[in-house]
Amino acid sequence: MKVKYFAWVRERVGKSEEMVEPPPDVKTVADLMAWLVKRSEAYAHAFETPRVIRAAVDHTHVKSDTLIAGAREIAFFPPMTGG
Amino acid sequence: MTAAATIRIQEADFDIAREIAGLTKGRTDIGAVVSFSGICRGGEGDERIAALTLEHYPGMAEAEIARHAERAMARWPLTGLTVVHRVGRIVPGENIVLVLTASQHRQAAFQAAEFLMDYLKANAPFWKRQESADGENWVEARDHDDEAAARWTQS
Repeated sequence: MKVKYFAWVRERVGKSEEMVEPPPDVKTVADLMAWLVKRSEAYAHAFETPRVIRAAVDHTHVKSDTLIAGAREIAFFPPMTGG
Repeated sequence: MTAAATIRIQEADFDIAREIAGLTKGRTDIGAVVSFSGICRGGEGDERIAALTLEHYPGMAEAEIARHAERAMARWPLTGLTVVHRVGRIVPGENIVLVLTASQHRQAAFQAAEFLMDYLKANAPFWKRQESADGENWVEARDHDDEAAARWTQS
């Protein structure tokens, strides 16, 4: 699946998107965050305060307990500040 | 006539008069147009802002605005709806966002415009990066934006 990052999450991770293949025990959005955090200091920094991170699955806002099976694109970003 | 929403995300500025004319041209079923423009401020308190740079999530931003436009059209008898949101670098005094709502009567247009702006602030995937004398930083979300959006689910 494709994972995208925006705003300061993107800056801390150091890339705007990537393809990932998490293991089967990574079932939810929260699991995916926890799995990414283990990859490097950069990810750990980006996700150091998980409660402020928002997520979207296939362009729809989701909660962190949402299952990711079948998702094509998952995005992580800070609270929105548009308008 | 059922409204079709016009939704655009663009770097270029927009002309409010032209957007209103585009919405009302040739129509006799519109009795009210409400226009909201969000404009880049030059500062907040003592802090001076040199510019904002808006980042968005292409694809989701359009989809999220379209979802809220559909909700507004389902809730109020709108005869037209336009949302234009700029991205890229914007300096103080320049436009950021435009919401136009058209209806036969003013009340629906006023309420729908406010509803849309409250929802866009809290839910549309855009982020502002601010340039000031202290350097650059990401603008922090405000709790009252979430509260403003939430009140529409109570009333």
